[in-house]
Amino acid sequence: MKKNFIEKLLPIFASLSCLFLFGIILTLFIEGLPIFKTVGFFEFIFSKSWHPTYEPPEFGILPLILSSLWVTVFALVIAIPLSLGSAIYISELASPRMKEILKPIIELLAGIPSVVYGFFGMVFLAPLVQKIFNLPTGLTCFTASVILGIMVVPTITSLAEDAISAISKDTREASFALGATKWETITRAVVPAASSGIVTAIILGMGRAAGETMTVLMVAGGATMIPKSLFQPVRPMTATIAAEMGEAPMGSAHYHALFAIALVLFFLTLILNLLVDWLSSRRKR
Amino acid sequence: MVNKITIRNLNFWFGENHILKDINIFIPEKQITAIMGPSGCGKSTFLRCLNRMNDLIDKTKITGEILIDEKEIYSNNIDIFDLRKRVGMVFQKPNPFPKSVFENVAYGLRIHGIRNKMIIFEKVEKALRDANLWDEVKDRLFSSAFDLSGGQQQRLCIARALAIEPEIILFDEPASALDPISTAKLEELLGKLKKSYTIVIVTHNLQQAARISDWTAFLMLGELVEFDKTEKIFTTPQDKRTENYLIGKFG
Amino acid sequence: MRKFKQKFGFTLLRISVAIVFLSLLSLVVFICLKGFKVLNLSFLLEFPRRGMTKGGIFPAIVGTFLLSTGAILFALPLGILAAIYLKEYAKGGKLVRMIRIGINNLAGVPSVVFGLFGLTIFVKLLGFGVSILSGSLTLGILILPMIIRTSEEAISSVPSSFKEASFALGATKWQTMRKVILPTALPGILTGAILSIGRAAGETAPILFTAATFYTRHLPKSVFDEIMVLPYHIYALMTEGTKPELQVPIAYGTALVLLLLVFIINFVAIIIRARARRKRKW
Repeated sequence: MKKNFIEKLLPIFASLSCLFLFGIILTLFIEGLPIFKTVGFFEFIFSKSWHPTYEPPEFGILPLILSSLWVTVFALVIAIPLSLGSAIYISELASPRMKEILKPIIELLAGIPSVVYGFFGMVFLAPLVQKIFNLPTGLTCFTASVILGIMVVPTITSLAEDAISAISKDTREASFALGATKWETITRAVVPAASSGIVTAIILGMGRAAGETMTVLMVAGGATMIPKSLFQPVRPMTATIAAEMGEAPMGSAHYHALFAIALVLFFLTLILNLLVDWLSSRRKR
Repeated sequence: MVNKITIRNLNFWFGENHILKDINIFIPEKQITAIMGPSGCGKSTFLRCLNRMNDLIDKTKITGEILIDEKEIYSNNIDIFDLRKRVGMVFQKPNPFPKSVFENVAYGLRIHGIRNKMIIFEKVEKALRDANLWDEVKDRLFSSAFDLSGGQQQRLCIARALAIEPEIILFDEPASALDPISTAKLEELLGKLKKSYTIVIVTHNLQQAARISDWTAFLMLGELVEFDKTEKIFTTPQDKRTENYLIGKFG
Repeated sequence: MRKFKQKFGFTLLRISVAIVFLSLLSLVVFICLKGFKVLNLSFLLEFPRRGMTKGGIFPAIVGTFLLSTGAILFALPLGILAAIYLKEYAKGGKLVRMIRIGINNLAGVPSVVFGLFGLTIFVKLLGFGVSILSGSLTLGILILPMIIRTSEEAISSVPSSFKEASFALGATKWQTMRKVILPTALPGILTGAILSIGRAAGETAPILFTAATFYTRHLPKSVFDEIMVLPYHIYALMTEGTKPELQVPIAYGTALVLLLLVFIINFVAIIIRARARRKRKW
């Protein structure tokens, strides 16, 4: 079939996403790898102090990795039950009218910029946390987790709701016909049937939480120590990059170290994304 | 009588499925030829071979010859878009575009390069008149085609096909989604159109085939069982399978 | 017993919905209450004064508008073309699988990493500097996957009978695409585009090093100028400067403006989609 000029170029336009992704990876490698001339790979990942401005500087990102991990995990501990509860409620219990109101609201809330969450955490939640738990500062791992948790709720809820709503009426009716209550139908038939979609929603939420920058930058407190308690300031990887990039002289070891952190972060989220890809391709079958 | 379409040893596969098996048939010019048979016999597939709509589907294979005016339509030097301009098609369910009545009919003219507004308007009006629709829509040419009734939508689709002046029009069970009154209007229209066009119609409605067609082909499981003048098929079928189908033993 | 279990379960579900909506509602209400105190016309239309402790946020509003506009101008055509290819032209195979992996993973890249990419490529390598251009391109790449996905969905939702009718009239693929499929898919594509604008307007991390500046007293003169933007302005007011007691109220106002802006944008998108659904007759 004859193709016009634009039609011939279409595959190239479509491939641009790949090109950008490749460009990102390449950038991170080129700017990140030189740090390993200064410190060894294992030292970089596993040593416990991050003091890039000391003389001599110390580039151990274990505290940053652990900070990211803690904040993400506790954010999910908060977000998962709330999101799944909301998703099940919206798809199974809410009246059609209620559904029509709740779904767009969830969507609107998912659009709130992260900097606004961070701001809210700073001016509202942090003082509250400081007072309640009698802490030297309210900017802690706990505060960041709570804010981050609330922030990813709309994302997980809306994806999980889609997955649950997609389960056919037959599944429900089959369960009811066997004499199951509505609750039993939901927990034993509907949710298990939607489980891979729900897991996908959670992983995507996790990726969002792990990659989130502004909220943790503003709320987590920024201390570069190995976190020992939830109520201690921490500094996740994303916050480190955002906070220090402006100060690191271009081409310095510090500069390269920040790119190397981004590289670690990128591969962590890449693993999550590939997991989602794999899950959804399995679901299609 | 002139043969408009000649088909020799036509075979068609969809993946592993052998849908059409060694079909030989000729379609006479300016007559109505009905293709009937039980569902799944390959009627629609057969029809879609004639304007190469099957080309749009992956994993299909076709062998044999289809000649229109003695020219092979599957040869490399044929322009498929020109072919479809010459061989119009009307579908099972009315499928107007989400555009106005006027724009629906004008669509084919525009894509075939007609820019002059006067010409477009004249041709749209003529097509709508030929499709017995003009009087019903002349006051709402610019409202949405979806505001028309099902029967009107189907006649609009016919007008859309007529506008680009085809030689052949393929109808794929055009009345299956219509009520009896709309169906009667459609059949009346078909009788009028055959004076100027060669018509091939797929139907599983026996009475309809008997009422409107001059020639009837009976297809079963991808094979052409019988092809003859309609009156002959319905009064003295040569093949036992045709007879069984006509008296309602299967299908 | 089973009934009791059900009651208990349903109560849990209701509680979780209540918590979610109450906490998010409190966020919105809190920012509204505090923000409305400083919000007035001069706050919106004036330049900041005295090292950000007085005055309005006009340049930040302009900056946000320019950046999101630039991002969508860059990403929308690319996104639509990619969606057209994936939905109507691609025949499967390795290239398509690769493109899909590329899009999915690009969507998952943390926003701060986009910032690093923009810094390296646009600011430094291409020499655009910290500027509107660099920021728009960076944000454009960030929203590209979202635009591709929503455009693909919109294109898929066009009934194939429209396509068949067009092909049967002898239209080429491209004619069918331009005159039937794209016009029909337009509300869906538009919804996706507007949602992406909302996303771009609220992003901070990608523009930290590519476009944003804390304080200017001028509007940008060209695409190579750096600019103030709303989200970064909030962050800067809270973390930089020396007079927090004067800066925090301005931050409330800025947060409210940003929140309202994003809500309005998303609301428009939701309305367009709902209207298109209601009007749809096929």
